[in-house]
Amino acid sequence: MKDATVLYDAPGPRARRRNRLLALLFAIAFAAAGGWVVWALGQKDQWAAQKWMPFLQGDIWTAQIIPGLIGTLKAAAIAAVLALAFGIAFGIARISTHQWIRLPAGAVVEFFRAIPLLLLIFFASYAPGALTNFTWNPTALQAVVFGLTMYNGSVLAEVVRAGINAVPKGQSEAGYAIGLRKGQLMRLILVPQAITAMMPAIVSQLVVLLKDTALGTIIAYDNLTSTLSILQNLYTNAIPAAIVIACVYIPINLTLAWAATRLERRNRRRQIAGTPAEPQMQEEATGRL
Amino acid sequence: MSDFVSSEGHTILLAFWMTLKVSALSAAGSLVLGTVLAAMRVAPLPVLRTVGTLYVNVLRNTPLTLIILFCGLGLGSIITVADMQTTNYFWLAVFGLVAYTSAFVCEVLRAGVNTVPFGQAEAARSIGLSFTQTLRIVVLPQAFRAVIAPLGSVLIALIKNTTIAAAIGVPEAFYTMRNELQSHGDIVIPIFAGYALFFVALTLPVGLLFGWLAKRWPVAR
Repeated sequence: MKDATVLYDAPGPRARRRNRLLALLFAIAFAAAGGWVVWALGQKDQWAAQKWMPFLQGDIWTAQIIPGLIGTLKAAAIAAVLALAFGIAFGIARISTHQWIRLPAGAVVEFFRAIPLLLLIFFASYAPGALTNFTWNPTALQAVVFGLTMYNGSVLAEVVRAGINAVPKGQSEAGYAIGLRKGQLMRLILVPQAITAMMPAIVSQLVVLLKDTALGTIIAYDNLTSTLSILQNLYTNAIPAAIVIACVYIPINLTLAWAATRLERRNRRRQIAGTPAEPQMQEEATGRL
Repeated sequence: MSDFVSSEGHTILLAFWMTLKVSALSAAGSLVLGTVLAAMRVAPLPVLRTVGTLYVNVLRNTPLTLIILFCGLGLGSIITVADMQTTNYFWLAVFGLVAYTSAFVCEVLRAGVNTVPFGQAEAARSIGLSFTQTLRIVVLPQAFRAVIAPLGSVLIALIKNTTIAAAIGVPEAFYTMRNELQSHGDIVIPIFAGYALFFVALTLPVGLLFGWLAKRWPVAR
């Protein structure tokens, strides 16, 4: 990876002096801004003990935050497995030699990537009941999992497709030469290599998936983010609660992101086909938003 | 169906307009903040890099829904930027979207900075340009051109993410759709299809436009 230091020379004595001065000024500016925020929150009583004390007691964790976290992890785990299956199926379908498979699969993938996930989740929770006179009412979990699967599965389909296309042509030729059929070639040769090459991108997508479980809040699926509204009702402490909840999300997502980087570094070391030379480009190719 | 359009047409148009407004303001805001953050993350001063990295890692790994709820329930109860409650929430939602999206713009731009060849920055320094000049005149323009397409993806994601503003009552497309479904339970599929089409009609051209722009302004190398 190219270092940021190409943008500036190793500082000489004058530049060092100037940098020290600038660093001091910026540090003071940031400290002042941070201090002002702390002060302003204090003016609005946001540091009041009754807003923060609940987090020091066990029952807020056992009754609200941990059940919320379990809701988040449960939806994310189910959706991750289903999305991967969907992604592999549609990734393969999109490069099928049959037009009648390739085109519909492409349309499905493009559609689910183009509409907002929230719309999808709401549709899944609302439409079945409304259309069947409320004889078929999916649970909130089912609706969240459906939306997450369709959206992330479509993103993963593109990842899998790119992965399969990146496997060197010699692999397919060798497979055909030893008499494999198309399906066998896909299953035994291409997909395993594509998955290995695209593992970093897949793990990065898991961060997106985990974060998007928070959308369940809007259709009353109990998850880590929805505890914010509960805590706001109980203690009117939305700001402290949001900070605490964010502190639960961030380590989980950072761990996943770290795992993705590790996998990517390993792939690059082993020179697996399809691993981009520039580590930054991978992330943005998958659009981790 | 035609009754629906004639009675609700005005509300629907207002909702679409609201989505466009939130998207445009958030896009402009996150482009500016994202550029500043990217500059901070490649700056020679460790204090700037640390603050930039901290910001990006915190915001990028927090769900947008949580950020929007923080803005609405939390900041909304202590900050008043407009007299009217709905306008207040509108600006808080834009604030939350900018705070979140700028972290992604920053990372895309930083990837773009990494694509600029060593020689460019070296040449800039050798003719005596300072760090800020190098960044402003030589590196960032090339970085922007290299990441036009990924920036388009960020914009598309932002447009879709504006639906989350409904969580704090901003009357944009999703919020209005939900209300209309409540009162028009007989035409569920057409309503969904209409709003889905609106988003497809918004995101598809953005993707095409940015793809075209990326081809139109390639980095000459």
